[in-house]
Amino acid sequence: MPEVPAVQIDSLSKSFDGVEVLRDISLTVNKGEVVSVLGSSGSGKSTLLRCINWLEEPDRGVIHIAGERIGVDAHGKRMNNRDLAAIRARTGMVFQSFNLWPHLTVLQNVMESPVQVKRMRKDEARAIAEALLEKVGMEHKADAYPYTLSGGQKQRVAIARALAMSPEVILFDEPTSALDPERVGEVLTVMKNLSSEGYTMIVVTHEMEFARAVSDQVVFLEKGLLIEKSAPEKFFTNPETERVRKFLELSA
Amino acid sequence: MTEWSIIWEARGAFLNGALNTLILFILSVLAAFAIGCFTVYLLEARNALSTVLRWAINLMRMLPFLVLAYLLYYGLPSLGVKPSAWGAGLVALAIYHAAYFAEILRGARIVLPAGQIEAAKAHGFRSARLYWRIILPQLVIRTRPLLGNQLIYALKDTAFLTIITVQELTAAANSVQATYFIPTEAFIVVIALYWVISICLELALKWAGRFGAKRGFEHA
Ligand SMILES: Nc1ncnc2c1ncn2[C@@H]1O[C@H](COP(=O)(O)OP(=O)(O)OP(=O)(O)O)[C@@H](O)[C@H]1O
Ligand SMILES: [Mg+2]
Repeated sequence: MPEVPAVQIDSLSKSFDGVEVLRDISLTVNKGEVVSVLGSSGSGKSTLLRCINWLEEPDRGVIHIAGERIGVDAHGKRMNNRDLAAIRARTGMVFQSFNLWPHLTVLQNVMESPVQVKRMRKDEARAIAEALLEKVGMEHKADAYPYTLSGGQKQRVAIARALAMSPEVILFDEPTSALDPERVGEVLTVMKNLSSEGYTMIVVTHEMEFARAVSDQVVFLEKGLLIEKSAPEKFFTNPETERVRKFLELSA
Repeated sequence: MTEWSIIWEARGAFLNGALNTLILFILSVLAAFAIGCFTVYLLEARNALSTVLRWAINLMRMLPFLVLAYLLYYGLPSLGVKPSAWGAGLVALAIYHAAYFAEILRGARIVLPAGQIEAAKAHGFRSARLYWRIILPQLVIRTRPLLGNQLIYALKDTAFLTIITVQELTAAANSVQATYFIPTEAFIVVIALYWVISICLELALKWAGRFGAKRGFEHA
């Protein structure tokens, strides 16, 4: 029997004010896979990620996280907040704008969810947080407050914060787009390391080299439609659609 | 006997009044702050209760404090509850300033960056913990100057309670000046004592401000 996918999306659709932003999207992400999501601005990439952890409520479609359906309970009703939060706790998210909690230190940011959501003992959470900060190269800033950090440092802390929940999948929404060019590399390096450690990741990005080097699948969204899904070599050298060919030309 | 030696003789009354004022102030602002924070928590849910609470906050803010104190002290007996002047005063202070605290925090809640809250939700936070751990600490840090001002107002409002016969600092001064007919000296002493309390409060707030500055909130 094949392993349960980390994320399975079936026929997902979502509209805002009558405009369809996602149209009948299906996508399976297996454990340990990295999927890059490309597409031009407004094509629905963020909305897709936000539907996966139900920050946006889809109109139609079914999403499973490690075999568990999110958002809808066994009776087909809207899931209660407790169960929804429990599934969300099994996904991690990294935002373009970092969204660290400014009133907490770096270490506290990473410890907060395990302690408050998983009810983990503090010393245990601290040990995990310290190890994760070391993994992202931020252990020297454990006691600093977020506003003292550079963008790249903030993002690495945000990644450690997501990892602290041992998520089934980590959703990255343009994690390097708000960074100075010379800071992009440090975050991509961390993400590359995560992929080689076997973390499951869905990454919305404009970093073509990263997508090509790290992904197992590349998907392309166009006006809410998933128009191409290929292995990276094929996607970047011999895409199926004219649209992707053009996109690659323009971003080359 | 000079006026000042009369005051010195009456120091017991002043100190007693000052102590009463301090206790009323501390108890009422602690209660008001707690109620204010809890009210803003209830406002997080968009339901009938939160609508009622928003109305209640606005109504309370439109009410002169003295009228509320009168209402509790003279009005409650007609409902079969006979509060002491002190109890009625304490409750009046607490709920009146709770409305202001709630309004201050609510204002900051509206402009709190949504991304941080989404980040918390994405990590599995929900309602209570989200509010008490992620939202409220930031609201308090961001509104510290306004909350501090409100504390000063609350301190000054304790003086109104003399009118419903609470034996606080202003009442003490009033009884000394009425007995010996030395209003100027009596009230100078009172002003000095209010100032001392206010200055202590300012110092405490300054100290609390470092808490926010350390986290980069000083421009918020
Ligand atoms: N909360 C919302 N309310 C209304 N419209 C929305 C909302 N969120 C997104 N949209 C619209 O949905 C469309 C897709 O948005 P989305 O943010 O998913 O695009 P994107 O591919 O992430 O774009 P970008 O590369 O600019 O981040 C856009 O037209 C956007 O204006
Ligand atoms: Mg986006």
